[in-house]
Parts: sequence; structure tokens; C-alpha cells
Amino acid sequence: MNARVSEPRGALLLSAFIALIFQVVPLPAWLSIVRPAFLVIVVLYWSIAAPRAGGLFLPFLCGLALDVFRGAVLGEHALALVVVAYLAIRFHLLIRNKPLFEQALFAFAALALYEFVVWCIDGWSGHSLNSGLRWLHPVTGGLLWPIACGILSRTHRPR
Amino acid sequence: MVAFGGAGRPVHSRVAATGLAFTFYATLSIVLMFLDQRGNWLEYARYGLSAAAYPVQLAVDSPSAAWHWVQESFATREALQARNDALRAANRALAVRTLRIEALEAENAQLRALKAALPDVAEKWLPGEIMNIELSTLRQRVTVNKGATSGVFKGQAVLARGGLMGQVLRAGPWSSEIILITDPEHAVPVQVLRSGLRTIAVGQGNAGVMTLPYLPVNSDIKVDDLLVTSGLGGVFPAGYPVARVIEVGRDPGQPLALVRAQPLAAIDRDREVTFVWFKPGHPAAPAPLAATAPQRDFAGAAQSAPPKPKPAPPAATPATPPVTPTATSPATPPATPPATLPAATPAAPRGEDAR
Repeated sequence: MNARVSEPRGALLLSAFIALIFQVVPLPAWLSIVRPAFLVIVVLYWSIAAPRAGGLFLPFLCGLALDVFRGAVLGEHALALVVVAYLAIRFHLLIRNKPLFEQALFAFAALALYEFVVWCIDGWSGHSLNSGLRWLHPVTGGLLWPIACGILSRTHRPR
Repeated sequence: MVAFGGAGRPVHSRVAATGLAFTFYATLSIVLMFLDQRGNWLEYARYGLSAAAYPVQLAVDSPSAAWHWVQESFATREALQARNDALRAANRALAVRTLRIEALEAENAQLRALKAALPDVAEKWLPGEIMNIELSTLRQRVTVNKGATSGVFKGQAVLARGGLMGQVLRAGPWSSEIILITDPEHAVPVQVLRSGLRTIAVGQGNAGVMTLPYLPVNSDIKVDDLLVTSGLGGVFPAGYPVARVIEVGRDPGQPLALVRAQPLAAIDRDREVTFVWFKPGHPAAPAPLAATAPQRDFAGAAQSAPPKPKPAPPAATPATPPVTPTATSPATPPATPPATLPAATPAAPRGEDAR
């Protein structure tokens, strides 16, 4: 019985990569307003479903990748993702057993926290904060959660 | 892959290990942010990371590139013919205008009593193709498929069809990030071509609009005025078209006029951009900033965002005498009263009027 062998590392990396592409692919302005934070959702999912597969290294790496693509301060999205992933890993047993609806509520809260951290760092680093539209992302992300769960849970054996 | 906390350990020690990992990564992120924000200590790290990001950028760009290729290869003969005709006509018009420009340049040189006519300020062009676009209210950036290996450098001016597009914010090895003139954190020193009035055009986070927040109510500006770069600020050379004024609001109760302009470059419609190199000694070339000053965060000091358009106007602006309109060509801006130069330019460039 080796627990490490069954960690879905391949699915994790592949899904994170695809989510990253979805997150940075150029979209028309009105569509990018409602684009959910795909990468955060994927990281959240794996933190809850397989907390030891990626640990906190994967969120950190994904965050750095986002920073590079967004041209943000290096470490901005990394910090936000690590915070969110830590909470998800810490309470993964609690969240995993909830019905999908409550999980979506948790995902919404986590995405809002993520957006809040990014917002704070944006303000600290002197970027403009003149848009309230960024708070739409957690809403669409929460709505996407059940679908994301449905897709991602097919990539690994249930535990 | 680093995995803190082995599978075999008891639960409480795994929790502690996660906490430890969290502290580690959070601290690492904060240290990274400090290093990146204060000083440019992470330039090399950024360079390397943007090299690593290049394959993903290619992947992101591939659907639109493929669509472009399909369109190109299945274009009908008539469409190609029509485009060819249109291009030929445009070329003819441009050739005629170039003739005129040569005549004007000769005249200009004579007027300045120079020994020889000056060559064009631009020394070299490099076309690039947009790979990724980020047009939001917070960031107006594009990624272009030419980088430091092609000679692109930080702070370089970038043109698009129609006019000025932006400047290079970061140059990776094979790709570079360009901050557009419509980014809310970007400002261009401009000049009204008709009146010679100098001011600063600030981005709004909207690809179709820029504002001119530092103009007093009585300044000489009208709808349809052409704004060209003024050559101040050390990044953009003088005389390149930037935007056309679309709205002038004058409220007598306010010290500043509300002026909006539309960028001339096809910022959200074009796939191609042009990097430009300028002759350093040319009178229209961007005036160098203090030679010993290291490159600041936003390359040209004057291009970093001026403070938010506060109601308190820059000290110099309210008592501006109306500028006498002088017919002028972009290369020879008339001597405007220095009072029209807003004090908002963070670092007043030395040798602003090299001409």
C-alpha cells in the first residue's frame, strides 16, 4: 500500500496547464470581465481532492506563472494562491464531505479571498484600483465550481 | 515536485508540515514582491521566466494564428486582387506624400540653415506580431513575438498602423510586453499640432479614449485637433501622431477643461506593430534624461503615471495666456510659452528643446 503511487500528479499538472491557458487566452473585453479564475478553481479542487499531490508547491508555481503572464509584481498571485490553497488543504476533509452546493459556496468565498489579496497587493504596489468589476470573477467562479468538479473528478480515482 | 509531509506520518505532524510550508511559500512570495517592487533586482529572473513562458504564449496564440493562416490560405482570388489594388492605391498616395515630405524637409533644412538636410529620425524598423492581448480597465498590455534577441529594449517606442501604440515595458528573449498608451498607468507627452500647445495624454483603461487632464479651461484646443508626440520625456520622438480630440468640455466653474481624445493607432483591431529605433543625435529624437540616471521602472521617467488628475492643477497651468496659433509642421514645433508645460511631468527632461 503505497499512497504516493496513486497521487494523480499527471492529471493535476495537465489540468493546471490547461487552466493557465484558459486564464490568459485573449478574449473580448466584455467576456474577460466575467471570465472565472480557472487556475484558482483547479488549484482549489486539487487542494481539496488530493492535498498531498501538489502540496503548496503547485499553487506557488501556478501563481508565479500567472504573475509572469499578467505582468504583475512577481509573487502577487503566488501569495494569493498559496493563502487560498493553504486554507483548502487545512480544511479539505471538512469541505470534501459537503454537498456540491456548499462546496460551491466555499469556492466562492475562497475566490473572493483570492481576489481580495490581489486587490490589496495591487493597491500596495501602486496599480490603479478604479474598477469594481473584478468582484464579478468570484461569482462566475462559484457558479463554475460544480462543472469543474464534475470534469476534474473523472480524471482520478475517487478516494 | 516538493511534497512536504510524507504519507506515513501521523496526521498532526502533517498539519504542522503544511503550516510550515505555507509560512515558507508566503514569505517567499512577499520577499519576491519586495525585491520586484523596490529596485530592479529581479530583472534577470523576469527575463528567464518570460523565456520559460514563451511556449505557453505560443500555445495561447496558436488558435488565432491558425485561424489567421486558414483565412490567408483560403482567401479568394478576387479578395486578394481587391486588397492588392487597395494597397497599390495606398502606396501611390503615400509615395506622393513622401515627395512632399522630401520637399518640406529640404525647405526645413534651409530655414534652419543647416549644411545638409537631416535624414529621417527613425533609423530602423522591426515589425512584430501581437501574441496576447490584455485589454481591461486595469491593464492595457499586449505581448509581441519579438524580444531582446531581435534587439528590442525596455522603453522602446512602438508604433501601429495609424499612430503611436505604446512602449516596451519588459523585453524577454523572444517576446516582449508592451504597455499601450491607453493603459491607465501610462502617460504620453503630446502637443496639439495646430496650436503647439503642450500637455500630457493619459490612458483611461479603454482602447478608444485618452484624456488630457492638465489643460486649463481657456487653453487653445478644439475638437478634431491632432495630437502628436512632443518629444519630451525621453521615450517618444517628436512628431508622431497619437490621438485626435473628440470632446472638449469647458465648465467655467472648473479650473481645468475636460478633454478627451481618441487614439489613432488601431489598438484593439490590428495584429501587427512596429518597433522603432531612433538616431540618437537627431533633433526630433527623444531628449535624453539625465545620462547617469539608471533606467527607472517605467523606462522613461516622464511616462510613469502622473498623479491621478486631482482638482488641484499643476502650479503653472491656470494663468496660461492663450497660445497664438501658428501653422507648423510636426518636426518644428514653435516655441510655446513654457507655462503650458504641466508641472506634472515627474522629471523635467534636460534639453527639452534641442531644436
